[in-house]
Amino acid sequence: MLKVKNLHACVAENKSIKILNGLDLYIRKGEVHVIMGPNGGGKSTLANILMGRPSYEITNGEVEFNGKSILDLAPDARSHLGMFLAFQYPVEVPGVRPWQFLKASLDAKAEANREKKISVREFTKIFNQKVEEVGINSNLIKRSLNEGFSGGEKKRNEILQLQIINPLLAIMDETDSGLDIDALRIISDGINSMRSNQRSFLIVTHYQRLLNYVKPDFVHILVGGMIVDSGGPDLALKIENSGYKDYIK
Amino acid sequence: MLEAFDKLGIPLHEREKLAGVAVDAVFDSVSVATTFADKLAELGIIFCSFTEAVQNHPDLVRKYLGSVVPYTDNFYSCLNSAVFSDGSFTYIPPGVKCPMELMTYFRINTEGSGQFERTLIIADKNSYVSYLEGCTAPMRKSSQLHAAVVELVALDDSEIKYSTIQNWFPGTKDGQGGVYNFVTKRGRADRSAKISWTQVETGSAITWKYPSVILKGDNSVGEFFSVALANNHQQADTGTKMIHIGKNTKSTIVSKGISAGKGNNTYRGSVQIMPKAENATNHTQCDSLLIGDKCGAHTVPYIEVRNPTARLEHEASTSKVSDDQLFYLMSRGLSEEEAHHMIITGWSRDVIKELPFEFAVEASQLLKVSLEGAVG
Repeated sequence: MLKVKNLHACVAENKSIKILNGLDLYIRKGEVHVIMGPNGGGKSTLANILMGRPSYEITNGEVEFNGKSILDLAPDARSHLGMFLAFQYPVEVPGVRPWQFLKASLDAKAEANREKKISVREFTKIFNQKVEEVGINSNLIKRSLNEGFSGGEKKRNEILQLQIINPLLAIMDETDSGLDIDALRIISDGINSMRSNQRSFLIVTHYQRLLNYVKPDFVHILVGGMIVDSGGPDLALKIENSGYKDYIK
Repeated sequence: MLEAFDKLGIPLHEREKLAGVAVDAVFDSVSVATTFADKLAELGIIFCSFTEAVQNHPDLVRKYLGSVVPYTDNFYSCLNSAVFSDGSFTYIPPGVKCPMELMTYFRINTEGSGQFERTLIIADKNSYVSYLEGCTAPMRKSSQLHAAVVELVALDDSEIKYSTIQNWFPGTKDGQGGVYNFVTKRGRADRSAKISWTQVETGSAITWKYPSVILKGDNSVGEFFSVALANNHQQADTGTKMIHIGKNTKSTIVSKGISAGKGNNTYRGSVQIMPKAENATNHTQCDSLLIGDKCGAHTVPYIEVRNPTARLEHEASTSKVSDDQLFYLMSRGLSEEEAHHMIITGWSRDVIKELPFEFAVEASQLLKVSLEGAVG
């Protein structure tokens, strides 16, 4: 599903800041991959680059999604292909209601893929159902997108979007940071209920604790802009005990 | 002339039936068609062209014309008072709630011409009316002048809601031509009356416009909600005056200025609390949004308080459409243009939601069209 080959990237405004230095990653359909690593290792950058954030520049390498090169595509085109990024820090957009935003998102995707748009009625039904499942305060959801939401509520809102947009590949950028244990469980349930043999996950996290709830197929360690080690869930436990010092020269 | 309206997508006789909106159309300052007049007449509501009003209701015209905006007020109101040929006249009798929106469409057709129409709305005691004003002008190379005067009279316990969508020709991308929109709009609110101005200003090369409320009666309320957009070489200088005379008077100002291209947007407003206006309150909010790095936003609030019991609040902010917001929306599948549009209409929502529903949709579309080429 996702092939990342020898990816090099730097900050667009300051090319001397190199963030990824030859990263390789291969995710098949239905797999759940977790990326861990020390601060500044390039985890979040990788998540953002895959979605096409313009503030980074690719200097070398290739990224393919379902056999198609995506590096020249804008973020909206990547979304239409079935990619999704759950943001670490979802931005506030005053005056835009989540309902309206998500409807526009589905409509844009339907239009790009020449499919029929979902009716307002059907969409509202799904929306209300998912709002309840994800446990978002229904008064909150009537307000502006992320405006006045607490950190936990913003993350839940990301899960709501994930559930409604139904992507093929969900990239979760530290979605578990700053959550209390109840919220963590709800977020994990949200991810687990989305797992299928058609959908893949790339989960960026700082903590092993998320993996108590979400069982990954692979764990990768990202240090200095490269993947330096890969393994199964055991690897995460090892990191939890001994840290990253073995990997940092 | 009716054909011209059809071309614009404003078929008067169909529109009235579909939307239940009564329409008066004014071309080059001449009223050409008024709809629904009969139905309104059953309730005693007068909604007609100024010419008809002068002929059929001379007493009302004589009593109120120039009572809020005297001909001595300013240069353009004087010019208007001297030469105005037609316009729109509305009278709501005591105790009547006007059951439909009243709408006037203004249009300047002739090149090198000016439009000097006059609007007078009188809401008698304990009545209510919602009035919509739409403006269009086709593209002309030379400039045109629009110097209108709008007078509102809200008698005791009445309410007038006046909404404007102004889309006069803004001139070319290089700043050639366009309408000079120098308009005097003012209302007088008597005891416990309420006047609410809502405007979406996207057109005109230069706009000078300050819809104001004289809060004369005790407990009267004045509101001003505005979105003004200045793209390319447009200059929008707009705001309001709230003049508190009566006791316990209350005013609210929400002004949103969007600047793009080389456009300049100025909020110019004045809140005056007169000596006898005990316990007057005002809340003012001025927000500016900048798109690109060659445009400007300016805020010039005047506050004059002559009664110590007054409470005034002033909030102001300036922001840009952030790259983070754009990336967030685009990552969910919205194109760059759609993302911009959503951010901008969301930002303007506090004002747009004050518009009658049909107008709100139109206003949102208008913002989108007016910003084409400004983003990306």
